[in-house]
Amino acid sequence: MDLVISISSGICLLLGSFICVSGSIGLLRFPDFYTRMHATSVTETSGVALILIGLMILSPDLLVFAKLVMILLLGLLIGPTTGHVLAKAAYHNGLKPKLTKSGNEQSSVPSSERGGDISKS
Amino acid sequence: MKRHSISLFCVLVAFWLLNSGHYGFLLLALGIISISFVLYLTHRMDVVDHESQPLHLTHKVFAYHLWLIKEIFHSNIDVLKHIWRGQLTITPTLKTIKISQQSDMGKVIYANSITLTPGTISVDLENDEILVHALDASSLEGLELGEMDKRISKLEQI
Repeated sequence: MDLVISISSGICLLLGSFICVSGSIGLLRFPDFYTRMHATSVTETSGVALILIGLMILSPDLLVFAKLVMILLLGLLIGPTTGHVLAKAAYHNGLKPKLTKSGNEQSSVPSSERGGDISKS
Repeated sequence: MKRHSISLFCVLVAFWLLNSGHYGFLLLALGIISISFVLYLTHRMDVVDHESQPLHLTHKVFAYHLWLIKEIFHSNIDVLKHIWRGQLTITPTLKTIKISQQSDMGKVIYANSITLTPGTISVDLENDEILVHALDASSLEGLELGEMDKRISKLEQI
């Protein structure tokens, strides 16, 4: 039983660490602010969740388990909020995202109009 | 209003007990004092209502959470693939999406779910439109099909 617990928690921790490293690599690799935020959102959802689940499997009693669950829930609530605030602040201060050609054709007109309105007001 | 106060009280008691782990008289008394202080403050601030304690969502929200976890899992794998394949495979897109939710609660749940799912970020929320930035155009198409929208609208109806 002990073996099963330590192996399954080890797998979760390893996967979580791999995802966190991948998130950091994406942060370095992607071209602009908004795409980099997508890379970090991988870290803050599944990376953190897997590491915390790995620790939950190892937790000795209910109190430690409950604290880990609280950390996970708080992280999942705070992550999108801060992500949205960052993206909104960047967009309203006139940081234009780099878009692909096809994406540009679809959305260049409304986005530039909206950006212009906001910077004037 | 009364229901919401009772729910807030229960949440605070559980939070205190699980975080402290000591059940001596002194710490329990301190807990009761601080919980009643928080209850007094929140009533004075007038924030104890259906928005801070969304009790009317309780019986439906867990099914939605399960579905959302599945979605987050899938889009995580997508974004991980893009990270390892390099930036030539991504097609960043910015687009406004119509939303059908009426209440503020529904809109916030929708915008937060979009941001929580890796690969899409809600940049701006105005009346009934969300401006979404997506790492890949295909994930935006998934949003435009409106399954998440439908599920949240269902959640919203009491």
